[in-house]
Order: sequence, then C-alpha cells, then structure tokens
Amino acid sequence: MTIALKVSKLKKTYKNGTIALKGLDLEVKAGEIFALLGPNGAGKSTLIGIISSLVNMTSGDVEVFGDSLTRQRNKVKSHIGLVPQEFNFNMFEKPMDILVNQAGYYGVPRKIALERAEKYLKQLQLWDKKDSMSRMLSGGMKRRLMIARAMMNEPKLLILDEPTAGVDIEIRRSMWEFVEEIANAGTTIILTTHYLEEAEQLCKNIAIINHGEIIQNTTIKQLLTTLDIETFIFDLDKQPSKELLELLDAEITEDNSIQLDVHKTKALNDVFKHVDKLNYKVLSMRNKVNRLEELFYKMTHKEDQEMEKQS
Amino acid sequence: MSNTTLTALFTLGRKEVVRILRIWSQTILPPAITMTLYFVIFGNLIGKRIGQMGGFDYMAFIVPGLVMMSVITNSYGNIVSSFFGAKFSKHIEEMLVSPMPNWVILFGHILGALSRGLIVGSIVTVISLFFTEIHIHNMWIVISTVVLTSVVFALGGFINACYATKFDDIAIIPAFILTPLTYLGGVFYSISLLPEFWQTVSKFNPVLYMVNAFRYGFLGVSDVSIYTAYVVILTFVVVLTIICLTMLHKGVGLRS
Repeated sequence: MTIALKVSKLKKTYKNGTIALKGLDLEVKAGEIFALLGPNGAGKSTLIGIISSLVNMTSGDVEVFGDSLTRQRNKVKSHIGLVPQEFNFNMFEKPMDILVNQAGYYGVPRKIALERAEKYLKQLQLWDKKDSMSRMLSGGMKRRLMIARAMMNEPKLLILDEPTAGVDIEIRRSMWEFVEEIANAGTTIILTTHYLEEAEQLCKNIAIINHGEIIQNTTIKQLLTTLDIETFIFDLDKQPSKELLELLDAEITEDNSIQLDVHKTKALNDVFKHVDKLNYKVLSMRNKVNRLEELFYKMTHKEDQEMEKQS
Repeated sequence: MSNTTLTALFTLGRKEVVRILRIWSQTILPPAITMTLYFVIFGNLIGKRIGQMGGFDYMAFIVPGLVMMSVITNSYGNIVSSFFGAKFSKHIEEMLVSPMPNWVILFGHILGALSRGLIVGSIVTVISLFFTEIHIHNMWIVISTVVLTSVVFALGGFINACYATKFDDIAIIPAFILTPLTYLGGVFYSISLLPEFWQTVSKFNPVLYMVNAFRYGFLGVSDVSIYTAYVVILTFVVVLTIICLTMLHKGVGLRS
C-alpha cells in the first residue's frame, strides 16, 4: 500500500517558546479519507501548516508520496491542495480569476486552467458566481471556492482544514458528496473538523492530536468500541416523577424528556421495564451526542487532567 | 527555464498588471495629476524666473527628474501595497503553497512594479510635452536607467512589505526615507549649486546617481560620472536581489 503522507519525529517550537509539536509521527495511506482531530491549540494547524509549507519546521521530516519536504519542497508542494480554515483569497478578485491564477502558479497552462475552473465551479455550484466579486459571496460559497481552488492543480493529497465550518446542513452534505467523489477518484484526503459526525461519516481512519502529540491513531470503528457508556434521551408521554428519575438515575432535560447514561454491558430492556412499570410511554428515543464527540472529549479531557496532576 | 515556471511567472506578472489597470484611479491617475501640478508650478510659474540650469531651460532640466521621481515612488508603492496587501489578507498563501520558485514570486512582483513605474513614467513624459520640448541624448541610457531604477525600488519595496506587520510600517519608509532621498536627489536642482560640504553629502544619496544618469540620457549633462552611476545602480540591484531571495528562502515575515 502506497503511503501518501509520512510525518517523522516532527517538532515545532515557535519563536516565543511555544512548543506546538513534540516529535510527532503519523502515516496516512494513499486513497483514504483520514480524520485528524484535536482541540483548539492541539497542534493541528501547525502540522497542516508545515505539510503545506506555510510554517517552518524545527526538526523532523514530512514525506508526501515519497518526496521529502526538506529535500524536494517544490515537488511536495505540487502533490498538495490546501483548503485552510480562514478565508485566504483576494476578496476583490472574481472566483474565475482566483482559480485560473492558482492553476497558473502550479504551472498549469491558461487554456487548461480555464477548463478546470469551469469544471470545479460547476461541481461546487458556483458557476453563476464566476464573475462576481468574491467578497460578495456567502460564507458557504467562499468555503466552496477554496475547495475549488485547492483542486486546480488536481492534487494527490487534499488537506481540508475544517472545510464545512459555518455552512448550512444542505451545503455541508453536498460538500461531503463532493469529498467522497474526489476520494473515489483516487485523491487522498486529510480532514480536520470540529463536526465529529463529519469524521464518522466520511473517514475510516482517525488520529487524535493533543498537546502536540498523537494520542490515538486507529480506525473510527475500533475507536468507538472503546466507548463504554452511551447517553440516551427519552421523550415520555407525561412529566417524569421523582421515583422514575431515581430508579433510572436520570435527569430531566425538557418538560417530558429525561436523559440517562447506559453502560454497554447493561441491556436497554431494563430501562424500558422500569418505564413500563411506572405507566409511562416512550414516544421517542435518541442518542444525546455524537458518540465520537463524547469519546473525543473524554480522551482529550482525561489527558489534560493527567497533565494537571503531574504538574 | 521550464514551461511550468514560465507559466507561473506569466500568471503572476499578468495578475499584477491587471490589478494596476483595475484600480487605475488609485495607481495611475493620482501620480499623473501630481506631476502635472509640479510642471505647472515649479516648471512653468517658478521656473520662468529661475532661468537656465545645466545649460537648459529649468523646465527641460526638471522633466527627467520628475519622470524618475514618479517611476521611483510608483514602483516602490506598487510592490509594497500589492505584496503587503496579499500578506494582510493572507492570499500570499496562494503563492507560498504552490511550487512556484522564490525567484518567480520576486520577479513576478517586480514585473508589476516595473509596469506601473513605466506606465506612470510614460504618462508623465507625455504630459511634459505640453510644457517643453524633450531632448534625447542617448535612448539606451534613458531606457536602461529607468528600468534598473524601477527594479531597485521594487526590490526595496519588497523588503519593506516582507517586514511590515501593519499598514503604518509601509507608510513610514516612503514618508521618512524615500521622499527626502528623492527630493534631495537632484530632481529639482543641480548639486553644483550646493556648498561643497553638501555636495559631498549628496553623493551618499543613491537617488542622485539614478536621477543624473537618467537626465544624462535626455540632456547629456550630469552631476556625477555616468559610469559611477551605473555601478551604484547595478550594485543596489544585485545586493537587494540577494537580500530579497534570502528573505523568501527563510520565509522572513511570511512563514512562522
């Protein structure tokens, strides 16, 4: 299996002394959609910045499809497309010009660049905005414009740094479809996101980064098996009594709704038995939070607590 | 040079020229108006009372200086505003993530600065024809000095833009260094009018060599040796180019 990205002993210390990466190792296989998660300040953006040549590394190396960033920087750059977190295009330029110029920087001849720009603007539903001033685009359109721009050199590795932040559900789902489409066409994708549902939906493998280190690197399926408690919300037909709450060790969330933690070893039948015994009807039932989100919180929070204890 | 590098250079150069033309009311019109006022006030109204300088009418004497002044300020201003603007709004990252070599990033921006300098310089030259006749002593000296001087100040503007972290930083250098150097660089007078001490001091001003070499191309008169002028200008081109490329390589002001 070809390795798309290999990060070895990567360290980054900023001039102000902040240690962002502490000898990080990571491998991403070619052709997959890989999730990179971590709380704010964990080192995700620094890692992405180094891979995409926007941040200087202190030591270590990054290889993209076998080419070393320290020895063959321009070759590495030609493999990568980047969709950053913040809008970073000229707001006074037209989407068409932004895309064609970006392709030109990668050495794509203008004729081909114009064809590609049309293709991606159409795929990302921006074609009718091609000659609008970019600052007039909505937030979702600006995000899609950055995705189209990152595709202009037809990269082998596409890095999406929170690509769906601030976009509505409909557009988010259409962007997921686009991401899956280009992944199916052979592009390796690294995705960072705060919408953990997004990672669960799109990615097979995941790495969690915290305090400049990878604290978990496995498949999402494997990771979710380590979660031993799930939180459920039951919508009942009437106001829950104190007795029911005590019996289930639950709490009220809304008027007729209760929330309870259920250990994986415990059958839900027991819960239903108690509810039934006290003459309540369950109108609906759902998970309170995304499972991955809960796990992510526990892992990063647990590490923070351990660090506090040590210090 | 590979085709991909040429394409990248052409793309960046084209983008810069399109930018200059798109915002012509900020890039081309103001210097044309300012220089017309210089011609009217200094050349026509006051100049008539000054009489001859260097064997020529005062108006004819200051035309090369004013053209060069507009080339210097516009070359510098173009690159500093374009490159710092790209840094400020982060679209500089479009170039930094691409495999475009550093020298292409530098040369592409210089092409933009040179274009604006030459467009404005040409307009000012045409305006000057309404006030005086233009003599051409040596066309090659005119062309080479204006191009090289534009490149020197484009390189200077590039360094300024790399170090700048706020808009104040790109206003300070033109206001406190560039303008005094230009005004004291023999644009409006021959340094032979100055006391000997100030003549010596003036010779430490690089703009003096650029203005005088350019004036020599038009009128065949100069306060300094034309060869010395070329040595000074070319030395600046080489040294500033090395500084710019080193800064780009290290990512000074661009990469953390």
